[in-house]
Amino acid sequence: MLERGLAAIRGTGHRVVNAIWRMGYASRFFFAVLTHSGMSFRRFYLTVKEIYFAGVLSLIIILVSGLFVGMVLGLQGYETLQKYGSESALGTLVALSLVRELGPVLAALLFASRAGSAITAEIGLMKATEQITAMEMMAVNPIARVVAPRFWGGVISMPLLAAMFSAMGVFGGYLVGVVMIGVDDGQFWSQMQSAVDFRRDVLNGVIKSGVFGVAVTAIALFEGYDAPPTAEGVSRATTRTVVTSSLAVLVLDFLLTAFMFRGI
Amino acid sequence: MERTTLDLWVGLFVVAGLAAVLVLAMKVGNLSTFNMSESYILQADFDNIGGLKARAPVKSAGVVVGRVTAITFDNATYRARVSMVIDKRYKFPKDTFGKILTAGLLGEQYLGLDPGGDEVMLKGGDKIAKTQSAVVLESLISSFMYNKAAEGDANAKKP
Amino acid sequence: MPSENLVEIRDLNFTYDVRPVLQGINMDIPRGKVVAIMGLSGCGKTTLLRLIGGQLKPSQGAAKVAGQTVHELDSDALYRMRRRMGMLFQFGALFTDISVFDNVAFQMREHTDLPESLIRDLVLLKLEAVGLRGAHDLMPAELSGGMARRVALARAIALDPMLIMYDEPFAGLDTISLGVIGNLIRHLNDALGATSIVVTHDIQESLKIVDYVYFMSEGRVIAQGTPAEIRAVDTGFVRQFVHGEIDGPMPFHYPGATYAADLALEAVHA
Repeated sequence: MLERGLAAIRGTGHRVVNAIWRMGYASRFFFAVLTHSGMSFRRFYLTVKEIYFAGVLSLIIILVSGLFVGMVLGLQGYETLQKYGSESALGTLVALSLVRELGPVLAALLFASRAGSAITAEIGLMKATEQITAMEMMAVNPIARVVAPRFWGGVISMPLLAAMFSAMGVFGGYLVGVVMIGVDDGQFWSQMQSAVDFRRDVLNGVIKSGVFGVAVTAIALFEGYDAPPTAEGVSRATTRTVVTSSLAVLVLDFLLTAFMFRGI
Repeated sequence: MERTTLDLWVGLFVVAGLAAVLVLAMKVGNLSTFNMSESYILQADFDNIGGLKARAPVKSAGVVVGRVTAITFDNATYRARVSMVIDKRYKFPKDTFGKILTAGLLGEQYLGLDPGGDEVMLKGGDKIAKTQSAVVLESLISSFMYNKAAEGDANAKKP
Repeated sequence: MPSENLVEIRDLNFTYDVRPVLQGINMDIPRGKVVAIMGLSGCGKTTLLRLIGGQLKPSQGAAKVAGQTVHELDSDALYRMRRRMGMLFQFGALFTDISVFDNVAFQMREHTDLPESLIRDLVLLKLEAVGLRGAHDLMPAELSGGMARRVALARAIALDPMLIMYDEPFAGLDTISLGVIGNLIRHLNDALGATSIVVTHDIQESLKIVDYVYFMSEGRVIAQGTPAEIRAVDTGFVRQFVHGEIDGPMPFHYPGATYAADLALEAVHA
């Protein structure tokens, strides 16, 4: 009985120590990425290549999702607003929800599952096939050569993707609200413009998506770099990337929203 | 992939992304309608500002001419002091009337300016002398009820 | 001035967590020679290579390469030393996202400012040495196992290293590729004037090409000698290993309780 109790306590202790150790390891990894970022900018082509893989290849899913989310917002928003006779506020509703929340958050979630998982799988496989070790033995630092360009590629891509998502969503809302349902064109835009503030809404949305970009890319890179070098290890790490970075995006979103709009 | 093709795609991607930010700023947001750099500051004291908030629009004849920058409480007069920036293109006479209005029945509150007829124009740092407080719905309702009740009493007293 | 031995390993111990992997290893790798380190899977051969390459730090003792103690170098000096080492990994470890040409050119582009035209000549030269000049614009995924190994070899010798390390160069190859790689190891070593360490468990192939053999078992060197001496050994583990006998000092059965005990026969008798 005592034995089992002790074992349980030891197990808990072991897990806590492990978790703290991993967090420390992750922070050191993140710090190493930042300090080895020189090459990503000196040889900017390395980063450009990663912008292509993280950003350009995520473009289709981002644009299509943005359009449909905007169209759904248009439909649902109209249904609700017309009950109060204020369907002219449809533009405001669509634009504010997209620019403040849905654009950055949904784009980041899509980015995590499209680009984040790809980054983890790629780095994990490079590790499993000893490409990372081989690079070290060739006197090339893999953090500088492989990890940092991917980090900056992701960080640069994310805000651009989020902005395109929001713009596409507003267009979708316009299509449904104005073109299909027939809300007044002028009211749609003018109400939107008087309600959406550049600094408070648009810029904050861009800042949010930048933070999400840092979080998602850093998590994806760390999971890949930390993955056990086996097929199973890589596939697990890929799943963990999507789960962890999605949760991180949602929690960060709450914190940032509280900070930006409530001024805690 | 060829390096030139890759550069082209990434270039297009970045341009499209920046264009999206620009669209959000100009078409969706209000960056194009009001430029803060060319402006002057006015102040106005109110007995009650209701639900007016910083960054609320300042309108004249329905056109946005400025924005509320700060709201403070003046402990000497026990009144609310509202600071606002006004676009330099718009000038208002000294006897302009400032009131707090509501967009629609339940909409956002904004500050309305009714120009008077004075020859002298307001300069930066001036104070708008004549103001009208916000209509507070609760006091409106309670005074309405009070009137009704008084009416009821009067009716009851009649034979 | 240069000592006769390029690599000297003195009293090297390495412990992973609490498990001793290497215990008291002493080795000398003379310049210009091809030396094989042999032993069963998991006897610590690859760990030894990593210690020489500076990827692991010894728990005790030291590995010296060209007179410098590897684990005492700071990271800049270690990287400078690694530029003069080539390593062939077990499955090639080619960079899968770039072509054969770019793989071989990788180190030249990272470490030198050579013009692209010169890099092209050098890369084709290296690929010619392994007989794959015609394959320079293929992707690694399009290569067979033996070809990938040869490309990796061309990449390992890209900067004309003084020391080439081979981690299981023969693993998973057909007999023809086996002979090709074996010959390449010998010829490239002699042509480049390099020194080679071949870690392998392929006894027959490596005995043909190497100058000297170290035998390892359970983290210790248990025998050493020229190939002829090794073939002549007629006792114990070396004989079992060289001739591929099923049972011997290395038992066929994993240690455990007696068969009878596991089948609970003894309980019945009791």
